Amino acid sequence: MGRGRGPGRWVARAIVTAYLVLLVAWPLWLVAQHTIADGLDGLRGIVDDPDVVHALRLTVVVAVVSVVLNTVFGVGISLLVVRYAFPGKRLLNALLDVPLSVSPIVVGLALVLVYGGRSGWFGPALESAGLQVIFSTPGIILATTFVALPLVIREVVPVLEEIGTEQEQAAQSLGATAAQTFRRITLPAIRWGVTYGVVLSLARSLGEFGAVKVVSGNVLGETRTATLVVEEKYLNFDQGGAYATAFLLALVAVACIVVVSIIRPKEGPR
Amino acid sequence: MSIEVTGVSKRFGDFVALQDVSVSIPSGQLTALLGPSGGGKSTLLRIIAGLEYADAGTVGIEGLDATALPARKRGVGFVFQHYAAFKHLTVRRNIAFGLEIRKRPKDEIRRRVDELLALVHLEQFAERLPAQLSGGQRQRMALARALAVEPKVLLLDEPFGALDAKVRKELREWLRRLHDEVHVTTVFVTHDQEEALEVADEIVVVNEGRVEQIGTPDQLYDEPANDFVMRFLGPVTQLGDLLVRPHDVALSPGADDPDAVAGRVARVVRVGFEVRVEVSTGEQVVLATLTRTEFLRLGVGVGATVSVRVVPGAPVVAVPGSVVRSGLEVPAR
Ligand SMILES: Nc1ncnc2c1ncn2[C@@H]1O[C@H](COP(=O)(O)OP(=O)(O)O)[C@@H](O)[C@H]1O
Ligand SMILES: [Mg+2]
Repeated sequence: MGRGRGPGRWVARAIVTAYLVLLVAWPLWLVAQHTIADGLDGLRGIVDDPDVVHALRLTVVVAVVSVVLNTVFGVGISLLVVRYAFPGKRLLNALLDVPLSVSPIVVGLALVLVYGGRSGWFGPALESAGLQVIFSTPGIILATTFVALPLVIREVVPVLEEIGTEQEQAAQSLGATAAQTFRRITLPAIRWGVTYGVVLSLARSLGEFGAVKVVSGNVLGETRTATLVVEEKYLNFDQGGAYATAFLLALVAVACIVVVSIIRPKEGPR
Repeated sequence: MSIEVTGVSKRFGDFVALQDVSVSIPSGQLTALLGPSGGGKSTLLRIIAGLEYADAGTVGIEGLDATALPARKRGVGFVFQHYAAFKHLTVRRNIAFGLEIRKRPKDEIRRRVDELLALVHLEQFAERLPAQLSGGQRQRMALARALAVEPKVLLLDEPFGALDAKVRKELREWLRRLHDEVHVTTVFVTHDQEEALEVADEIVVVNEGRVEQIGTPDQLYDEPANDFVMRFLGPVTQLGDLLVRPHDVALSPGADDPDAVAGRVARVVRVGFEVRVEVSTGEQVVLATLTRTEFLRLGVGVGATVSVRVVPGAPVVAVPGSVVRSGLEVPAR
């Protein structure tokens, strides 16, 4: 795309716009349209259904816990990968991409194999200790966390690489401990990367379906999450309910991203 | 002695960056680590600061064994070539950083930062972010930040290396004046011999991981320990087996001086106030630098026969191996 070459630039723009509209904007818009086609009855119907409310609440709890886990470990792993040399680093780097490349349903099955209460590799031991993982909230959190694992890391690693180590070394020579250096220098420098990673993780966690479907057992009013409600309603020809729930999920995710792109500074470091 | 480096060695993988380096740096002086790039100057400075650890040897700071101390406990101020400004903090907060870490009272911090802002002439920039400063201003901020914690020694790694020539010259004169005011033991790294000769009380010449010579600018210039130091400090030329500075080469007309080598003027170039005369002695081309007046008094032109000799008392160094070749030398940089 040459800058200033008028026609080429316009054609390229038109293609990109059409692509995004057809793939993203229009379908999402249709979901919204379906939701509010018959007034707000669809939305009201959902909010009045205690099972749906439970599912929404479960989804929020799961998403928040996974985001916290992925943020803490994501920042830690990013620091490890960028700042330290150790044997097996390339392997770790490759492993970090696995959650993005493996189908979520495979993730779900794998988790059942490890944590399954009856025949899992690790599950029976946990179960006898009183912690049920599969078909229960911990399993849903685990699956969601797994699937969204790389998102914070992928946002934070390039920022860490870009800022380099000199600011941290300067802080140390001025008397700062490792913890003080992290809190006062590193964290502020990577805050936009972290914020973006958190938002992406949150959106991804709210919308996770495949892995959760396998590990949750999909029990109404207990382990059914919002995405599972969407599927259930859709299969039962309750299209109004399905679209309304889907609309809510999409709304929260889109709102997160919009808010961040508004508050994020126009220029300068992330 | 303020900094005592003894037998320090450092490798990066197979590469030997420092090899058994010992240096004593006196208190209260401005010392330059001078040498070609890649010679190990930064590594030595970073080992003194605790930002890197030596494989062998010890580092003492103000009589204290600092070899195993982490950077934050060494009482060392460090200034980086690329400023290492805390980008998200204002100039004031940058300078206050070390004092805030030490949990000093708020009004004491404010007072001290105001003093330092005045010292580095940044009073009106206190509330700006580093991105809104020029390179020279950022480096002065970094200097104030390092001085804020009253370090026992101040270490600067090519502090003016990223600045343009004019600002660099201003800042190094300013650094000299600042040092005369503050008197903190200061070590700065440079690969620019002019910078070192102009600013430093004492120069440590570092090359290929070793110390070549330690001395005052005059000692280095007048009594270079070897051909490397001689070449590094300025242009040299070769007469017979000796390295000599071109302005210490004297010419006289004719070939009748028995103590001199006879040659023929091959080329004359005038550059401003100096005249460079290349004399071919048959096996060598010797460069002599004369003033315009000297050249006119000599009264010779290209093709004339002249006698070439070294001015009595001028520093000379034997060329190692002494394979005589024709040679004009430009200063190693
Ligand atoms: N962290 C490092 N890892 C590997 N090699 C290094 C590292 N730091 C410095 N070196 C090498 O050590 C040599 C000396 O470097 P340095 O001390 O920076 O030299 P100077 O400051 O004199 O230019 C260089 O060849 C450089 O490539
Ligand atoms: Mg260097």
